[in-house]
Amino acid sequence: MPPPCALTPRTLRSDAKNDPRRRGKRRTGRRRLALAAALILLGSLLLAPDAFANFITPKSGGQPANEIHSLYLIVLYIAAVVFAIVEGALLYSVYKFRAKKGAVAAQIHGNTRLEIGWTVGAALILVVLTTITFIKLPSILNPPNTSASGLANGGVLTASTTEPSPPNGKKLVICITGRQFIWAYYYGSACENDPYTSKVVYSYQEMYVPANTTIILHIQSLDVIHSWWVPSLGGKVDAVPGYTTYTWFKASKVGALYHGQCAELCGRLHAAMTALVQVLTPAHFQRWLAYQKAAIAADDQQVLTLRKELVNSGNLITNVS
Amino acid sequence: MSTSDTALRPVPQVIAHEVTKPRETKKWVDWVTTTDHKKIGIMYLVLTFVFFILGGIEALMMRLQLSVPNNTLVTPEHYNELLTLHGTTMIFLFVVPVMAGFGNYFVPLMIGARDMAFPRLNALSFWLLVFGGVVFYFSLFFTPPEAGWWSYPPLSSILYSPSGGQDAWIFLIHLTGISSIVGAINFYATIVNMRAPGMGWGRLPLFVWSILIYAILLIIALPVIAAAVTMLLTDRHFGTHFFDPTDHGSPLLWEHLFWFFGHPEVYIMILPGFGIISEVIPVFSRKPIFGYKAIAAATCVIAFLALLVWGHHLFASPLPTVVLGFFMLSSFLIAIPTGVKIFNWIATLWRGSLVMTTSLYFAVGFIAIFTIGGITGVILAVFPIDWQLNDTYFVVAHFHYVLMGGAVFTVFAGLYYWYPKITGRLMNETLGKWSFWIMFWGFNMTFFVQHALGLSGMPRRVYTYPPGVGWSTYNLISTIGSFILGFGILLTFINVLRSLKRGAIAGPDPWKANTLEWFTTSPPPANNFDVIPRVRSVEPMRDIRRQIERDTGETQKTGGSEQFARA
Repeated sequence: MPPPCALTPRTLRSDAKNDPRRRGKRRTGRRRLALAAALILLGSLLLAPDAFANFITPKSGGQPANEIHSLYLIVLYIAAVVFAIVEGALLYSVYKFRAKKGAVAAQIHGNTRLEIGWTVGAALILVVLTTITFIKLPSILNPPNTSASGLANGGVLTASTTEPSPPNGKKLVICITGRQFIWAYYYGSACENDPYTSKVVYSYQEMYVPANTTIILHIQSLDVIHSWWVPSLGGKVDAVPGYTTYTWFKASKVGALYHGQCAELCGRLHAAMTALVQVLTPAHFQRWLAYQKAAIAADDQQVLTLRKELVNSGNLITNVS
Repeated sequence: MSTSDTALRPVPQVIAHEVTKPRETKKWVDWVTTTDHKKIGIMYLVLTFVFFILGGIEALMMRLQLSVPNNTLVTPEHYNELLTLHGTTMIFLFVVPVMAGFGNYFVPLMIGARDMAFPRLNALSFWLLVFGGVVFYFSLFFTPPEAGWWSYPPLSSILYSPSGGQDAWIFLIHLTGISSIVGAINFYATIVNMRAPGMGWGRLPLFVWSILIYAILLIIALPVIAAAVTMLLTDRHFGTHFFDPTDHGSPLLWEHLFWFFGHPEVYIMILPGFGIISEVIPVFSRKPIFGYKAIAAATCVIAFLALLVWGHHLFASPLPTVVLGFFMLSSFLIAIPTGVKIFNWIATLWRGSLVMTTSLYFAVGFIAIFTIGGITGVILAVFPIDWQLNDTYFVVAHFHYVLMGGAVFTVFAGLYYWYPKITGRLMNETLGKWSFWIMFWGFNMTFFVQHALGLSGMPRRVYTYPPGVGWSTYNLISTIGSFILGFGILLTFINVLRSLKRGAIAGPDPWKANTLEWFTTSPPPANNFDVIPRVRSVEPMRDIRRQIERDTGETQKTGGSEQFARA
């Protein structure tokens, strides 16, 4: 498993090597050689994944992103072999069989055995891929237990049967609501009922989660289709208005800050619809929760006071008392 | 099939002749009112290449905007308009109709027919395409659509896209849809009914096979999108709620309807390209195509499976896991016939005597690039992996490898191959090869790094991105590459225009090709054939050349070809 990816910009050593402009300038006779060299280079890049973390592999950091990452690596190795064989055969035949004086093309119409052979071969590769995927799938689909060092039982932890759940039921539920152009998070299982009336703690754009705790996400949208995605933690899940979708993640690195972004075109400021996930220790998370609760209550109180003043002074006419 | 007719062998001849016109009309009136499949084919090609240029300019503007982080060259609104225009133009106004252009010109010639089955419907389908494009592009003067070429509601609903641009998009789909359905029925009727004597299904040129399957897929898939956009139109203006989640409608319904059309559309775009490659490679390998039946069968299997894989566009949508599994397996299956084709093409090159023309360069370049697109396609079909890569630049890279490096390279291979037949003149090979190499490297520079962009978390369709997240270098490389690619394409355009007047005279059969279009003069006369030869194999022209050599004892020298044959 490669080390968890931190959010530092990476230097891209591979890019300079791979610059095609240099090769394009060579003389006509040597271009094919250059083509071969470039393809070999690309092939070797594919075979050295750890050297260029996100050049050829997806991000990882938390679960299930790590599981997807390891599945991707297996598929990539198989793909690299297929790539090398096909491109190799193509290049070889273009080199070897150019028209020369006296050379006569072999008049072959086909070869049934060979054709059946490569059809079956291709099918076998896909059987292998299918098998690997279904072996790997449960670890991606099913959330694991909250670790012992995770958030202790009690408080916002619940057990429920309506959504994906870790075997022992210890989890933290967060409801995510997407709207143009911000993500809102409602913490705790009470959010399933109604995030607006029940007094759940909420935050916008920045999500705070306890480390080593299985987080179950309920995802909804208020307007258009959005897609929840924090690459280092897991795959994306669409937020489709009218539907609730579920996913989960579990992060272990305390202090890590993971970036995410809406992945479905949702309007003009689609690019600005970002998300941050801040991983805290369970104790720290509890403190943050209490602080946020107090802050929300204080703000609500302030709004209520202001509202009363405005109504009393006749500057706000309302039918809601 | 039947062997009795081989006993009688008349010497086939090319008869050059003048066609007497009933009365003189002005040249432009002649073009506007024509029902000649060749003129319509040329108009298709010219029109679609104009749209190709427009779509390309839109792409370059997007690449310029993304070249550096936090760029303000293009506003978010205009960026969304550009991405919608680019996707819609390239798909509905370039790749699909350009294949219809080649099909129009060459299907009747290749099957030995004097025109399409319904010449007037043929003109209708061309003019509907023109009007579709005009309706769409006139929205530039008002408010262009900005919901992407998928136009997912609710974003495309009247509430979130109130402008008329979205309606212009809907009318574009309607008009080009009717255009394509009419054209497809015409291709189907022509190919089924008007083949030369002796041309059974086992002797149909592979390009014609691919156009036949293209037509069938269009007839199946297009009514679905036509219905869907009509529902969107009534949702927007006439009070229905098909896709409105606040009133018992479902945005997911649109996703299914759209991609039930959208995925066959991908094969509609690429299958005729496969057909072109299956014609070009045997001609320049001086070898028969390897596994003719396997390639024709693979085309049919791809078309069938193409109707069963739409769900792989919806892996992140609310669908049960078992459905995801089904679509993963069906998408895997489609890799088999596609792989079979690639193996067969390589086997055709194998032990051939390759005449390295520009057309063959593009064909081989296509195989090299398409293989990468096919492999990333299999990677994306693994749905847990797709959860990471869907809607990122990895997907953008994947489908540009399949459609730009794939379909567009086949169009260029076809252009260099058939240009002498259409115009009577050869294109400049040196300039063509320069164009190929610049396009090839420009393409890979633009799109290879986009895999890395997607893997490092950049979603598609964002108008800008912050610095310091590891995307800046890749984006800059991609932008530079896109201009190199654009320059390479420009060289071919220059070549096309320059060769119209200055190209070497081609003669009827400059490549010593296999199919019947080369039996006519270049360009072919108005009614194509005076005598339609009896077809005795998949390669009727080769039979004809051999027979003439046998009967007259003279080696057939055919026009300007000798400069390419080093042997």
